[in-house]
Formats: sequence, C-alpha cells, structure tokens
Amino acid sequence: MSAINPAASLRRIGLPRLVVHLSVLVICIIWLIPTLGILVTSFRDAGQIASSGWWTAFTGAAETSAARLGEPSTAKQDGPNYVISGSVFEKGKGGSVLAFGTKVASPTEFEAGKPADIGEGETLTVNKDGSYTYTKNAPFSGDRGKRIYLSVSSPPSFTTDNYRTVLTSQGIGQSFVNSLTVAIPATIIPILIAAFAAYALSWMQFPGRALIIALVVGLIVVPLQMSLIPLLKMYNEIGSFFGVPSRSYAGIWLAHSAFGMPLAIYLLRNYISGLPKEIIESARVDGASDFEIFVKLILPLSFPALASFSIFQFLWTWNDLLVAMVFLGTGKDQLVLTGALNALLGSMGGKWEILTASAFITIIVPIVVFFALQRYLVRGLLAGSVKGG
Amino acid sequence: MMTQIVSAIGVMVAGVFACALYYWLSDKLLAAVLPVPDNNVRLASQNLNRRAAIRPWLFLGPALILLAVYLVYPVIATFILSFYDRSGGTFVGFANYRWAFFDAQFRQSIFNNILWLAVVPAACTFFGLVIAVLTDRIWWGNIAKSLIFMPMAISFVGASVIWKFIYEFRGGKETQIGLLNAIVQAIGGDPQVWISLPFWNSFFLMAILIWIQTGFAMVILSAALRGIPEETIEAAVIDGASGWQIFWKIMVPQIWGTIAVVWTTITILVLKVFDIVLTMTNGQWNTMVLANLMFDWMFRGGGDSGRSAVIALVIMAAVTPIMIWNIRQANKETGGH
Repeated sequence: MSAINPAASLRRIGLPRLVVHLSVLVICIIWLIPTLGILVTSFRDAGQIASSGWWTAFTGAAETSAARLGEPSTAKQDGPNYVISGSVFEKGKGGSVLAFGTKVASPTEFEAGKPADIGEGETLTVNKDGSYTYTKNAPFSGDRGKRIYLSVSSPPSFTTDNYRTVLTSQGIGQSFVNSLTVAIPATIIPILIAAFAAYALSWMQFPGRALIIALVVGLIVVPLQMSLIPLLKMYNEIGSFFGVPSRSYAGIWLAHSAFGMPLAIYLLRNYISGLPKEIIESARVDGASDFEIFVKLILPLSFPALASFSIFQFLWTWNDLLVAMVFLGTGKDQLVLTGALNALLGSMGGKWEILTASAFITIIVPIVVFFALQRYLVRGLLAGSVKGG
Repeated sequence: MMTQIVSAIGVMVAGVFACALYYWLSDKLLAAVLPVPDNNVRLASQNLNRRAAIRPWLFLGPALILLAVYLVYPVIATFILSFYDRSGGTFVGFANYRWAFFDAQFRQSIFNNILWLAVVPAACTFFGLVIAVLTDRIWWGNIAKSLIFMPMAISFVGASVIWKFIYEFRGGKETQIGLLNAIVQAIGGDPQVWISLPFWNSFFLMAILIWIQTGFAMVILSAALRGIPEETIEAAVIDGASGWQIFWKIMVPQIWGTIAVVWTTITILVLKVFDIVLTMTNGQWNTMVLANLMFDWMFRGGGDSGRSAVIALVIMAAVTPIMIWNIRQANKETGGH
C-alpha cells in the first residue's frame, strides 16, 4: 500500500490550479493598482494628468488641440492653385496627428495623411508628423489663418519636476525632516525602557507581578482618544508653568513612547520569558548581577523581538497623524509628513501632480522598511496581534 | 533644517544615553547603599535579599511612570472630565451624557461606527482567509502575499490620497481621470461623486481600511492554516470530502481562535478610525465617526472637554469587553508558569 503524499492530497482539494493562479493574479493586480496609480501620476506632466487617465501614460494619450494655419499672405501660387504649407505644431513641440477637422465639435472628421475636401474648393491635408498642405483653387481671402482642430497623440512624457516642486516649495522637505525627528527617537527610547521592564516581569520574582502583567495587557487596547484631553491639559499647564512651548518634540517623543509601551512590554516579555532558563541560571550561579545578565545576555538574545517591535513602532510613529496634530501642532514648520499631506489635500485639492508626489514621498520610507524587514514584522504580528494599530 | 537634523540626532543619542545611564547608575547606587561585606554573612545575605526586592522596581520604574502618566491617569481623568462643563471647571452631572443621547451628529456617528464594525472586520477576515488559502497553494504565493500585505506599511493619510485619486470625479464633458469613474463610464454608467453619495459614501471610505487591513488578516490566518495537522485533511480526503467541505468543516473550525483574534484586532482598529475620515470627508456628507467627532469637540469653539470626554468613553466602553477577554487569556497563559 502506497503512503499518501500530503502535498499531493492537498493539491487535490478545491479549485483547479489554473483558476488559483489566475484569481491570485487578479487579486494582486487589484491590490497593487491604487499605489501604482499615484506612482505613475507623480511622474507625469501636470497638463497630461488633468487631460488623461494615468493608465494611458505609457501609450500616449489622444488629446484634442487647436491650431491656426498660415496666414493667406504666405500662400504661394502653384499653377491654378494657391498653397499654404507648414506645420500645425509650434516649434519644439511634437506629437502624432491622428485626425483633424474644421469644426470644434468634430476634431476627428478626417483621417491624417489623406487629402480632405473641406468645401469652397479648398483641400487640406494634415500629415501624421504635423506638416500640412492647404490648397485652394482661388486666392485666399481674409488676413487671418484658418483655425483647425486636431486629435493629437502626444508621446508619453515623464518628469521629476513634481518632486522638485513639493520638496522645495510645498514644505514636504521640511516635513520629511520633522517626521524623522519624531519617529526615530520615538522608536528607540521605548525599546530600552520596555526591555528592562519585560526582563523584570519575566525573570524576577516580586509581589504584584501578575497584576502589572494584567495591567499591561489591558492597556494595550485602551484607545488613544481616552488620553488626549487630560494630556493636552497637562501639557498646556506644564508649558505655561515653565514658560516653554507646550508643543515640543520632547513632548511627542514621550507620548509616542508611552503609547507604544504596553505593546512593547507585552511583545518583549513574551519573547524574553521564553529564553532558556539554563542560560540565565548558570549566569546567576557565576555571580552575574541582573543588570549584567540583561545587558550581556538578554539584549543580544532578544534581537528578533526588539527588531519586530522597532518596526512596529517606527511604522506607527511615522504614519501617525492624530498624536502629531495634538502634541506637535499644525503650524507649517511643525507639520510631519502625514499632517502636511492632510493640509495639502485641503489647499491643493485637485492638483494631483502635487498630491501624488507628496503622497509618494510620505509612503516610500515605510514601504522600504516594510520590504527590507518584512520577516520581523510578520513575526511581531504573530506574537502580538491583540493591539490592532 | 540642518540644525534640526543635528539636534535631533543629538537628542536621540542623549536620550538613549540618559536611559542607559539611569539603569546603570541605579544599579551601582543600589550596590553602594546595600553593601555585601565579606566578613558579615548575615548582613550580606540580608542586603542581597533587599537588593533583590528593590531591583525589579528600578527596572520597571521608567515604564511604570510612563504608563501611569500617559495611560492610567488620563483614563481616570477623562472619566471625571465627562461630568464637568466645557472647560472642566464646573460639575454638571450627566448633562454631557444627556447631550450625547439627543445629539443628531452623535447618533449619526454611532450609526456609522456600527456600520464600519459590521463591514470592515468581516470583509478583512473573509478576504484574508480566501487569499491565505489561495496563496498557500502556489509557488509564487509569498510574492503575492508581500504585495497584498504592503498597504499595511502605508499611512492612513497616504492611503486616503491614493483612494481619493481613484474616486476622483470630473464634471461636465471632461475626461474622467479617476479610475473608478473611468471604469463606470467605460461600461456605460454615469460618473458619480463617490465620497458624497448619500449612505454609500461610508462604504467607499471603508474600502480604504479593508485594502490596508486584509494583508494583516491574511498573514495571521495563513500562519494558522499552516498549523493545521495534515492528518485531519488527509483523513477527510480519504473519506471523499469535497474541497468546499474540507475548507468549511475541517479547516475553518480548527482556526476559530485565530479568526477571533483577527476579528477583534480589526474591531479595535475600526473603533479608533480617524485619519481616513478626516482626510477624505472630514465628517461631511454624514460620514462622521466617533473618533472624529471626539477630535472635533476637543477643539471646536475653543474645545469642550466634557462632551469630548463622553465620546472617548463611548469608544472605551466598546473596547472594554475585548480588553477583559485579553486579560483573561493572558492570565491563563502566565498562570501556568
């Protein structure tokens, strides 16, 4: 009797393989398209963003434009006919004419490259490259050139100007620095504090330990909203008492450290209490103090847990809007990236070249962190999925 | 800007150094105050015991102070403030609660929050489970998972910009540059202003959170699915169960615990949802939720701490059952050892 191969038996379950491949592919595309949209748009020219969808960026969009033919005075006589010739494109501009017409309502009346009879004995040919021949069997009258309408496929044009604009004149550069100033200390400070606490809660015996653990677990889910009002009052009082601004980086570092503390202690305690007992006990027998054990053994051994938490905390502080708005303020110099982006949404609504470039700058750092350290992030999630953001 | 970077790095180093110094110095101080002399065994052992009793509190001290100042005290203070007037000076009894009960916007927010709670956790868990099952079966599953998980790293504000662009509406005969309206137009429908569409607009905001959180559900559920013993599935295959039956009757019941964790985690997140509503609509067109209403009252007309506190307490009340359940679970785990 042959043994059943588990992998083969699993494969027999459910849908055929091709369907699985296809549906995952479709889901991936759906999940990726929103981000792709702003990435592509952030590199497009403002005019093109407004006139065509970003999904046409690579094929070149068909746009309607108007052009004026040469003035009658430039006509040359050619046998019985009078001819005006030239290019519908201004110097330096290019594109490919798909069709043309003489009325604004029908810019695609005539195909490019073929002579079109436009009445009154006039014939007009507009070639793909924009050169045209305008012929009449009698002298042209009037002193202005004829207006025609074109359907032009403009070549995809990509630019980094949007990024230059937002980084320099829209304050995104300053906000980027502000975000780093908030996020890095707010990630590092709580780790050390939480690690010592987690060690004490794992390997030291003292009365009240179970109570503190329960408290920490309970505090993980306390909504931030519960803390805001009293803390804002407290910050204002401290500020006016000492005559310092109530909204400062030190204030937000401490706030972020404290808000991340319950999850940090919980995650690190789970990990540290799972370290092998023998290592710690043999170190104690050798006469090492708790402080030495912590620094020389626990910290290096719990690197994976420390990494997990620091990614969490970094993403959370970098992406946070609420804490920054309350504790750092909404002045132009204090805005972090999320705050700046929120302000731009209000003031630059519809200017997608500004918004998409700014949005991409705000999300690029966490995305890089995410892809570089995904392994630790997943591990942290699996260990601490009680908090929820 | 340069000076800010330098001072930020300076403070960072100083902060970490100060933290380390605290732990190191307090340890040294403890050793100095409670010496362990070689010639007095009784005093030595007595002091060693005292050190062992004090040291945990030195280790825990900074963490406990932060927790007390930033979380425990504010929870109590918010509770007390909810019985006071807008500036927190005069006791008004249940006036703020009465106001909330009859306030139309508050009721609208409660309704919207319930709507969010009904849709988002269920949708994330469902999609997460389906995607986890599908991706576990193909060779490029991990790449697919990475891509679906990625929005998790994107801020709510960034995600709002991304989706606002998808929902973009152009009036008149202008080309629709928002993907959704372009698709609607391509299949013959009329473009809409999605984020002000009565009732349905909340769902367009929920789509953003579902897009962000499905990856989280997928990662956790995928790990749980891999933990299912192969034998149970093999046995079902031998008994001739169909794929559908195996999924619902063998696999799902074995990961109920994990599904509950995912569901509650996203529930907590949904209760606190703030950034998405602020950036997409700022509560207009009946999309207000509790967290935004609370923020609004914190600053509206100079701020009303009483009403704002009541709204915060409602959010707190909603997470309390989950909190109690978590504490029970944790006690069960730690009680064992």
